[in-house]
Amino acid sequence: MTDKKYDAIIIGAGHNGLICANYLAKSGKSVLVLEANATVGGAACTREFAPGFKVSAGAQWLYQLNPTIVSDLKLIAHGLVYAAQDLDSIALNPNGQQHISIHGSHASGGDLSEQDAHQFAALQGQLLRFVRVLDRVFNRRPPKLIESDWHDKLTLARLGIDMKMLGKEDMSEMLRVGLINIYDLLNEHLDNPLLKGALSLDAVLGSHMGPRSPNTVFTYLYRLLGQHYRFNGPALLKGGMGQLADVLLHSAQHQGVEVRTNSAVITINLNADSAKSVTLGNGDTIVANSIVSNADPKTTFTKLVGLRNIEAGFSRRVQVIRMNGNAAKLHLALEGLPDFTGLNAQQTGARLLIAPDMKYVERAFNHAKYGELSPAPAMDISIPTVHDGSLAPAGKHVLSATVQYAPYALKDGWTEAQKQLAQKVAIDTIAQYAPRIKEQIRAAEYLSPADLEQQFNTHGGHWHHGEISLDQVLMMRPTPGCTQYRTPVDNLYLCGAGAHPGGGLMGLAGKNAAEEILRG
Amino acid sequence: MNELSALPQHTTQMMLHTPFHSRVVEACEINEWSAWQGYTTPSSYTNVEFEYFAIRSNTGVFDLTPMTKYRITGADAEAYLDRLLTRNIAKLAVNRVAYIVMCNDAGDVIDDGTVFRLADNEFRLCTQERVLDWMMWSAAGFDVEVIDETADVAALAIQGPTSCRVLRNMGFAGMENLKPFGMQTFEFNGARIMISRTGYTGDLGYEAWMAPEQAESFWDALFEAGKLRGIRAFGSEALDIARIEAGYLAAGVDFVPAEQIVRNGRGRSPLELGLGWLVDFNKPVFSGRKALLKQKEYGPRYRFVKLSVEGNKPAEHSFIYCRGKAVGTVTSAGWCPTAKTNVALASLEMPYGRPGDELEAEIYYMRELHWTRLMAKCTIITKPVWEPARRLQTPAPDA
Repeated sequence: MTDKKYDAIIIGAGHNGLICANYLAKSGKSVLVLEANATVGGAACTREFAPGFKVSAGAQWLYQLNPTIVSDLKLIAHGLVYAAQDLDSIALNPNGQQHISIHGSHASGGDLSEQDAHQFAALQGQLLRFVRVLDRVFNRRPPKLIESDWHDKLTLARLGIDMKMLGKEDMSEMLRVGLINIYDLLNEHLDNPLLKGALSLDAVLGSHMGPRSPNTVFTYLYRLLGQHYRFNGPALLKGGMGQLADVLLHSAQHQGVEVRTNSAVITINLNADSAKSVTLGNGDTIVANSIVSNADPKTTFTKLVGLRNIEAGFSRRVQVIRMNGNAAKLHLALEGLPDFTGLNAQQTGARLLIAPDMKYVERAFNHAKYGELSPAPAMDISIPTVHDGSLAPAGKHVLSATVQYAPYALKDGWTEAQKQLAQKVAIDTIAQYAPRIKEQIRAAEYLSPADLEQQFNTHGGHWHHGEISLDQVLMMRPTPGCTQYRTPVDNLYLCGAGAHPGGGLMGLAGKNAAEEILRG
Repeated sequence: MNELSALPQHTTQMMLHTPFHSRVVEACEINEWSAWQGYTTPSSYTNVEFEYFAIRSNTGVFDLTPMTKYRITGADAEAYLDRLLTRNIAKLAVNRVAYIVMCNDAGDVIDDGTVFRLADNEFRLCTQERVLDWMMWSAAGFDVEVIDETADVAALAIQGPTSCRVLRNMGFAGMENLKPFGMQTFEFNGARIMISRTGYTGDLGYEAWMAPEQAESFWDALFEAGKLRGIRAFGSEALDIARIEAGYLAAGVDFVPAEQIVRNGRGRSPLELGLGWLVDFNKPVFSGRKALLKQKEYGPRYRFVKLSVEGNKPAEHSFIYCRGKAVGTVTSAGWCPTAKTNVALASLEMPYGRPGDELEAEIYYMRELHWTRLMAKCTIITKPVWEPARRLQTPAPDA
């Protein structure tokens, strides 16, 4: 038992944990952050996966980091440096030409008709107006419907007013499309299959949904939040995503936060209904007024608190949170810049999407539904070395790709043989667009959701810590009865993506949680 | 394998028969049957009054096989039950039985029942409702196995002042030394049967638990042994009179089991059913703890009371008034023939039912198609109107 009692212990130094720590420390709280891994950042990390080759081993693009957090925490002053910003997304055409570039709300190239380009801009414009409404709710704790206090009533009233302010047409359209699928929505507005395919991929990335799954307009809006946060396309950080971790750590330490790595929390200890302390792998017990878990809700309650220490109804709710990851990561160390047919060297540094049409993506999902590998997966590819030479030896390159889909609960299990097969399928898929790439591969690494689970201590390897589905958002995130960053266990808070509003590298869960903890 | 054959029998077959059915049919002279958890059971065998008075004056026999029974085994069996139930199960010794309730997280009662500690890591939980889903959800995180053994255990209630003597006559020596809420294993016909001193009639009485193969011969031997002691089988109607007289609650009658509730706020907590004594807040965790603590602090919404009602007309489903305001309803009521009292169990809104509150029941009754309404004064009583000393005496008195 160490003598010092902290105001808050944060379990996990993922970006949300560090952001939460920063805000708490800014308000004068004594904060200890405990990280199981050797480095901080969680899925915001840079890792050497082959000698001399480094890659953002978790999240590969920064596209929705909340700008308020960047300024509140003075992240630029603490060293946040972009290697590239506002990158295009290029929808790759299997014919090797007529690729389509998407830049914010503008699409061009290929056989895109003028009408489609115009329609796309109009659609994005409208969806961005919806996103502004959502952002107002995402920036605050989610309102409770029953037992709501004045703060919640204000949030609800503002949501109502914001909806009204959209005007009659937009409001009814938002209500109409809010729950439907991206497949129908895009078909209503656009003709070009390649453009629709790429956009539909944005709606399903990281989730267990296909373009035809209800809910995918909502996830698309969710993705668009980045554009609202002035990311006119994804960005890359100098030195990879680990830089975000370094910057947040630097800022946290500047505020007086104590951070310990290689310090896995084994249990959260309760005194009846209340969290009192944590016990580390080495047997140390550390006491705090508030225990804040940046771990996902399933890990928090099944592993750290223990299901037997919470009431049965809540235990059941935790168990049924849907959070089986369905995306894998592929990392390639390359002898040279891959030669994507129809792209110049500069364009190779854009975000490259393999999703030739919506049915392709839906078909890839079909296999995942039954626990099978997709023989033709959709992919989101990043070659950061085009913008950032620090990640590979001179003249060499790294490729990082999100492979959609790769079901966590693979029918045959994630054996080494299955991983080899999945890696081969992914590389073969890229090779259809960059035929010489196989000759350039020096090393390859494939991370299944099971690997991601193990590396980032995230149940199911789900990067959102739980599906962004309508039954698991707002006051139902992570689960009813556990909202507003609080849990049925007194003094135990959640600050990770499993809490509202979820996220990739967004940071609002950490910020909002800190505000709730400070509220007391 | 046929999928259906893997399912419990009660989910595939309409109206099961208990292992005593051949004997029950023979005894059920008036063919008054009703359904109880999927089983064919008699509401009455001959005449409800005869049957009731057998319970109070001699020995009544009731087939309680359809009572839902779960077997809980495993290293964490005790810890599991301590989280599932509001009572402290760690304090329950082997061969002892406890009356229990289980709550959901909102603190509303899912069911009441009894738990039998058969061994350190082995329990039987008897409930009115089928609650296997809740029990399985509750099992996550525990090294425990939960089995529905309803159909695998035949059970008879043997209740009344001569019940101990009848069992002794059957050859169960030392029966009189079994303490209330105790249980003991005996040999019968070369097999082992378990007898507990428990019941639902508020009198001296026992319950016998056995393998289905033993059922018929046990019944025959029991009735043979009780022939000169006025033994008689009784149905659910006579049981209902006895349990109201004893002041016992019935799930689905005096409260709605929480997992069946559709409308918000219709559940009742143990504190609202007069069962606060079953809740041990010293336990660090059990389902409902947080909600019940809050209720304890801010006060329950309802008060459950036993009422002595003026006159002899049962106050069934009556509104209860306090100075002209409807403040609650009767959940169970009946004229108690032995106590010669008109009793009602009622749920009142807080704060009504305070000392000094004048309560009245609005009773409607019909005689030859003529309805009469009367307002009957009610007095809150704290003790059951039927509570004979022999219920708790050890050795059990002979009669």
